Amino acid sequence: MSMPYAKLPAWADYGLIPVINLAVAFLVAGFVVLLVGENPFRAAVVLVEGAFGRGQGIAFTLFYATTFIFSGLSVAVAAHCGLFNIGGEGQGYIAGLGIGIVCLAFDSVLPWWLTFPLAIVAAAAMGALWVLIPAYLQAKRGSHIVITTIMFNFIAASVMVYALVGFLKPAISMAPQTRTFLDGAQLPKLNWVIELFGAKIRSAPFNISFLLALAMAILVWVLIWRTRLGYEMRTYGHSAKAARYAGISETRIIIMAMMISGALAGMMALNPTMGDQHNVALEFVSGAGFVGIAVALMGRLHPVGIVLAAILFGMLYQGGAELAFEMPAISRDMIVIIQGLVILFAGALEHMFRPYVQALFASLSPRSVGIEAIKGKGA
Amino acid sequence: MAQAAIELIGINKSFGAVRANRDINLEIARGTIHGIVGENGAGKSTLMSILYGFYQADSGEIRVGGQPASIKSPNDAIALGIGMVHQHFMLVDNFTVLENVILGAESDALLKKSIAKARSELERLEREYGLEVDPDAIIEELPVGLQQRVEILKALYRGAEILILDEPTGVLTPAEADHLFRILRQLKEQGKTIVLITHKLREIMAITDTVSVMRQGTMVATRQTTKTTVGELAELMVGRRVLLRVEKGEAEAGGVKLAVKNLTVRDSRGVTMVDDVSFDVRAGEIVGIAGVAGNGQSEMLEAISGIRRAVSGSVMLDGKPIDLTGAADPGELRDRGLAHVPEDRHHVGLVLAFEENENSILGYHDDPRYVRGPFLDIDAIRDDARDKIAKYDIRPADCRLKTANFSGGNQQKIVLAREMEQDPGVLIVGQPTRGVDVGAIEFIHKRLIAMRDQGKAVLVVSVELDEIRSLSDRILVMFAGRIVGERGPEASEGELGLLMAGVEQREAAE
Amino acid sequence: MDLFNAIIQVLDSTIRLSVPLLLACLAGLYSERAGIFDIGLEGKMLVGAFAGAASASVFHSAYIGLGMAILISVAFALIHGFASITHRGNQIVSGVAINFIAAGSTIMLGQAWFQQGGRTPALASDERFGAIIWPGADAVRGVPILGPIYSELISGHSVLVYVAFLAVPFTWWVLFRTRFGLRMRAVGENPAAVDTAGISVAWLRYRALICTGVLTGIAGAYLSMVQNGGFVKDMTAGKGYIALAALIFAKWKPVNAMFACLLFGFLDALSIRLQGTPLPLIGKVPVQLMQALPYILTVILLAGFIGKAIPPRAGGVPYVKER
Repeated sequence: MSMPYAKLPAWADYGLIPVINLAVAFLVAGFVVLLVGENPFRAAVVLVEGAFGRGQGIAFTLFYATTFIFSGLSVAVAAHCGLFNIGGEGQGYIAGLGIGIVCLAFDSVLPWWLTFPLAIVAAAAMGALWVLIPAYLQAKRGSHIVITTIMFNFIAASVMVYALVGFLKPAISMAPQTRTFLDGAQLPKLNWVIELFGAKIRSAPFNISFLLALAMAILVWVLIWRTRLGYEMRTYGHSAKAARYAGISETRIIIMAMMISGALAGMMALNPTMGDQHNVALEFVSGAGFVGIAVALMGRLHPVGIVLAAILFGMLYQGGAELAFEMPAISRDMIVIIQGLVILFAGALEHMFRPYVQALFASLSPRSVGIEAIKGKGA
Repeated sequence: MAQAAIELIGINKSFGAVRANRDINLEIARGTIHGIVGENGAGKSTLMSILYGFYQADSGEIRVGGQPASIKSPNDAIALGIGMVHQHFMLVDNFTVLENVILGAESDALLKKSIAKARSELERLEREYGLEVDPDAIIEELPVGLQQRVEILKALYRGAEILILDEPTGVLTPAEADHLFRILRQLKEQGKTIVLITHKLREIMAITDTVSVMRQGTMVATRQTTKTTVGELAELMVGRRVLLRVEKGEAEAGGVKLAVKNLTVRDSRGVTMVDDVSFDVRAGEIVGIAGVAGNGQSEMLEAISGIRRAVSGSVMLDGKPIDLTGAADPGELRDRGLAHVPEDRHHVGLVLAFEENENSILGYHDDPRYVRGPFLDIDAIRDDARDKIAKYDIRPADCRLKTANFSGGNQQKIVLAREMEQDPGVLIVGQPTRGVDVGAIEFIHKRLIAMRDQGKAVLVVSVELDEIRSLSDRILVMFAGRIVGERGPEASEGELGLLMAGVEQREAAE
Repeated sequence: MDLFNAIIQVLDSTIRLSVPLLLACLAGLYSERAGIFDIGLEGKMLVGAFAGAASASVFHSAYIGLGMAILISVAFALIHGFASITHRGNQIVSGVAINFIAAGSTIMLGQAWFQQGGRTPALASDERFGAIIWPGADAVRGVPILGPIYSELISGHSVLVYVAFLAVPFTWWVLFRTRFGLRMRAVGENPAAVDTAGISVAWLRYRALICTGVLTGIAGAYLSMVQNGGFVKDMTAGKGYIALAALIFAKWKPVNAMFACLLFGFLDALSIRLQGTPLPLIGKVPVQLMQALPYILTVILLAGFIGKAIPPRAGGVPYVKER
């Protein structure tokens, strides 16, 4: 009863409706599985077992989730300021350049716990810088940031190819990637945490950047709801006119929000590079930036929701890999479809089921939907 | 009695929990002008939107010309000969007059024939009713009065026999309004039926044959206009005597707090909206700016409060200039004691999605009372909000409630509480009581006068002439971006009305 | 003469590369003029390309392929409509969703049905749209200047190329000379005016989106059945986004759209032509820079240093009746 005047109880708003949306997305995905001639129920079982059945699966699920937490937070921070950062992919990719340079320079001289902070700074700085031009153009010239950040994704891809076939690559190697990082740029694994619960893990890339992701989730919560900057971002996100009236500089707030968003997107590059492959390779982001859109929408832009949604998508990625292995007709691209469906149902169609849920609540208990509370809003 | 053009029987309509219309019965005689009066939110527009097929009634019956009619969309209404002139014109701004007139009434799939037909039809209407307008003009380049004429032409082009006008004079100067009334009388003589929705009683008395009064979604009474008075209608509208004047003593004006000199402001299209305006506001007085909406008042307020760039001129606050380059920091102006209650509380003065307490610091969110370093001091903010809720009787008294869930009057109180409690030296208020219920109007007026009596300089802009006359110690009238006259509070309505219409100025120019 | 031949070749590939952009750009024009942002052009092209190549190879008919491309692409356009018109969802989010669903489902279904790693089987020549040789094209080839222009640039393209360029005046005519066009432009500017005139805003916007779907379907068919002899995964490779940029550059006008797409096509053709070739004065330009150039130029264009693009006023905003 904390919000007696809300149209729906908070648990329905933040719990029930997302769950319904998600269920419908999976239902449609089930039809796609049927379409390729497999049994969707068995597919679901394989998927969940693959993700959570064994310690190995859990570790991989959390490994994937780590990247998605960063990218989801990145989208959410921009969204709270009313901006759509669709360029997380490019910002994460270009951050690989900063990470690569730092790691190649220091992995032989510094221990990982010194290289890591440097790499964090480099990744965040590269991500933030990569969004600076689109943010500036949005703030000063009104260029639609959705389009400019998309363009910067393509430009980032070109820059990274240039760097990886050029100066980042060892001269003798043919593969467009850096050399393998030495111990000084390899992040410690966290697999032992899962093993504490008795699970056995052969090898999994679940690493310490997961903790960084959780820390960032907390920081983002503090930023959005407990700081002046966050207050200003939310004001601008809801009403640019109100922000102008309140003395909030449009240019400053757009650039700040986008750079924080870009920095978070940049940090997602730490996990696959220093945590897993121990190099920077072509296409290493592989769509994680876009997954962030689905994660942020699914998590309703709240850090707690984002962490949960990221774990869900981690599960899909890990379980999806198992699925592709078990059912040859289903490729890993099934995940991309599910991603799209989640964005569709949790994002664009988020209000589709609301009237039905409201009607249901109204029939159960009229008081809870505030029939009596709202007055004086005539024509 | 003439046959009824329209009969509404037992109309009900709810929006969610709000009952906008309850058991409405209404009969409108053919060939008459029928007024419908009521306060904002009384349900007038909803009722007419039902008649026009924009909404469907939850229950009830509509009869047109004695026949039961099922009006499910504007199309049905148009087919039954009902036309509507909306309060906010339903025109495509970058289309020509012709294109707007034929939109939705094109005779066939290609435009050529429709345009030719519309052109000759417009000529006919122009001859018959004196509705002159250039068919090839672009809408956004026409003055408001002509845009409204295009709306009327649209309805007539579709063969409207019954014409509904929703608050048609809100955007017009008195002269334009007179012209409109002449047109309406002419239409009536041609046998058309006119339904006029308004909250201005003077218009009702001047032009209607019969009048119906709505209050809180119900139809309270219907009268022959000749057999009623403004006083009776006003009483029916609000349910009790309106307090037209707030008690107030003589102003004790002190030194100049706000000095505006030769201020000129252009809008985004480069049109001069404020033209060389100068005036002072002293401590301990309320200066009221009267004028028909759209004569530059909004732009002037925005320029003074640092939100909008001015082309030239100066504004001095306590003898020190305000940055008019558009780069002004409204926060800095607040620090200097300038508080601003904006005209548009929904999009400017408040963030409706915020909790009440978050709105109670909007613009003051950098104030040391509410922050600790880069962080918000949530406890201090909420305590402060609770204090204001108590002091300004904001209901419901819940500082965590979403602002959108407060009524218009309470939302306005949230803004006023925030701005007044900062103890500013200068308070500028745009439309203090727009969309606010009667009870809250009285409260707000008393507060504004209390501010004055504390020695604050208060600048009020309102399109409600009554409000200006009741509050102001000095009245400045704005027309076409200029201050065209200054009068005392004793000035008559007629005198101010002429000024608002720019009459003096026009005579001087000729 | 070498230079002239090189120019002709670059211009010829400019035309070929412009066509999918032009079709997609005009597709976007219909929906954006009606007030619906469409970031999902990319995805609709992709499903069009897949449906086209897949059914052409199964039914051995280019025209069935084209029909299916259009059908599926329209279906995706209707999903966008369902989300953004009927349910008033965020149009950008809906577009992103469509791009994902398209990217995932084309690969997955392709793999499941054809087992060629997401490709469709290579199309035989009768399953593709072949080049149309104009009368006398071979005869005049030897004529200096005009000969190659006629035989290389004007003649010798597939029917879809001519469809694309004819769609330009046709779109202009629809927009400015028909009732549908008038209403569509009106609904993109002020849907309330359309609503009160007794026209259904939703149905009008749906029809605009169907036009969008038809054109992206043709664009997709062009990619997989003309430019390429079959579907390859992610074969749109960002063309939908470039088309969107071209639309902004063209200020939502059909003839401008053609020139914008030709410009981007030209840049693309040039970058392919110049790969690894040292340029006078500048020296050797990295391939990656040439590839990124269209995107960089688009950003510069978007920055508004060349005029200001004012989008349809109601664009991106779901229509809700005022209370």
